[in-house]
Amino acid sequence: MAEYNRPLPAPTPETKHFWDGCRDGELRLQRCTSCKQSYFPPRPFCPACGSREVEVYKASGKATLYSYVINHRPRPDFGEAPHSIAVVTLAEGPRMMTNIVDCPQTPEALVLDMPLEVTFEKASEDISLPKFRPVKG
Amino acid sequence: MKQKSVAVVGAAETTEMGKIPNTSQLMLHADAALNAMKDAGLTAKDIDGIATAGDSPVEVAHYLGITPTWVDGTSVGGCSFMLHVRHAAAAINEGLCNTVLITHAESGRSRVGARRFARDPASQQGQFEVPFGITNPPSMFTIPALRFMKQYGVTEEDLAHVAVVQREWAAMNPRASFRDPVTVDDVLNSKMIAWPFRLLMCCLVTDGGGALILTGADRAKDFPQKPVYILGTGESCETPMISQMEDFTTSKAFRVSGKKAFDEAGIKHADVDHLMIYDAFAHLPIYGLEDLGFCERGEGAAFIREGNTRPGAKLPLNTNGGGLSYMHSGMYGMYALQESVRQMRGLAPAQVPGAKISIAHGVGGMFAASGTIVFSNEAP
Repeated sequence: MAEYNRPLPAPTPETKHFWDGCRDGELRLQRCTSCKQSYFPPRPFCPACGSREVEVYKASGKATLYSYVINHRPRPDFGEAPHSIAVVTLAEGPRMMTNIVDCPQTPEALVLDMPLEVTFEKASEDISLPKFRPVKG
Repeated sequence: MKQKSVAVVGAAETTEMGKIPNTSQLMLHADAALNAMKDAGLTAKDIDGIATAGDSPVEVAHYLGITPTWVDGTSVGGCSFMLHVRHAAAAINEGLCNTVLITHAESGRSRVGARRFARDPASQQGQFEVPFGITNPPSMFTIPALRFMKQYGVTEEDLAHVAVVQREWAAMNPRASFRDPVTVDDVLNSKMIAWPFRLLMCCLVTDGGGALILTGADRAKDFPQKPVYILGTGESCETPMISQMEDFTTSKAFRVSGKKAFDEAGIKHADVDHLMIYDAFAHLPIYGLEDLGFCERGEGAAFIREGNTRPGAKLPLNTNGGGLSYMHSGMYGMYALQESVRQMRGLAPAQVPGAKISIAHGVGGMFAASGTIVFSNEAP
């Protein structure tokens, strides 16, 4: 990919660890050290129990396809070709929005509940986006 | 909350609807407000409460010459006006004000004096959704649908049926943007927008507005129009990010808001004669029917496909044609409320004969928030 002109995230102090992880090729989640709940998006407290005792850890990068659309409306930054906008369920529980890559962007290729793995798409020196691709069987 | 002592005594939409390139968004607020005040036989000096969403209630109040003692700028998307009705009812009951004006206006199509949408790249959505290509509702609001369809065996034909039935209602409404009949095949052959959604499964983008005037029920009979009483109200919210909904097959905000409204009104589903469910996209009425409890889980699509919401059937739904065929300026909730009021006054173009109880249920954002109002034309 040549020049990356898509909208990029602007990390905040509470989310910096996540984006630093993506830059370094690692998907980082947080979990509560008291109730053990994993959660996303990042925040320095547990949304399940309110505890501030939380830790950052490296997630497995494994996920399954929860739902998606295939956007057919051309946009200047994503090009003319239809592309998936998906939500995946991470093996650790939380869900996140992403794109499914390295496979045809068709209903036949994108089957709900299919196993996926994370891959990072470098967008700038500081930002890499977590995308997911089918696990090669 | 003593909801039962408040009534709608003024209601109107903008004079024109659809494409209104010669009017700014602010003037659309004023046009709707002036029409509603005329409907109620009031002037701006009679109004002491103001609410609007998207734009500032300060701007609307000043433009119209209103000096309020109660101001509500709750802005949680298209259902904001349901929340305004709920808050206004509480405020009137509490004595914070006597006569509330709620306005909506949006130059959604012509964009005359309309605000720009901009998502901060440091916001949660800006960081965790926008970079993956969501731009606007068609590529965002639609994302949960495939999971729903897989869970309950709902098909693209089922989604098409929603649009077909609503066009049947729109055909009876002279103000509807689209009135020509469509078939399931027409819908399934319309342009692909975001698979599995095609153009005719997506709402319109138009210009327009609407306004409501509420006051204490004890005064309601002194106004020129038949009063429409508020029996019950509900509101809730879930998440600003559609990816973070608890469950893609049901809206928590819908369930919480709907239950609250039913409980406050003390009614059963069988009591409801007329129903409006905000239909930004064809899957919304299906979620709404199930989350409000009109259908069991997984039975909403069949309920519509089998004709139960058509003209003359047992549960008339989206009788103005809905966001899919009537109009959708961006925050459609106001038009759902307007149609409920028309039905309760007995003045709707596709009037449901003898209707006594109407529900208007709204969504805000992309399953982000919700508001539900139960109306009746009989004093509680």
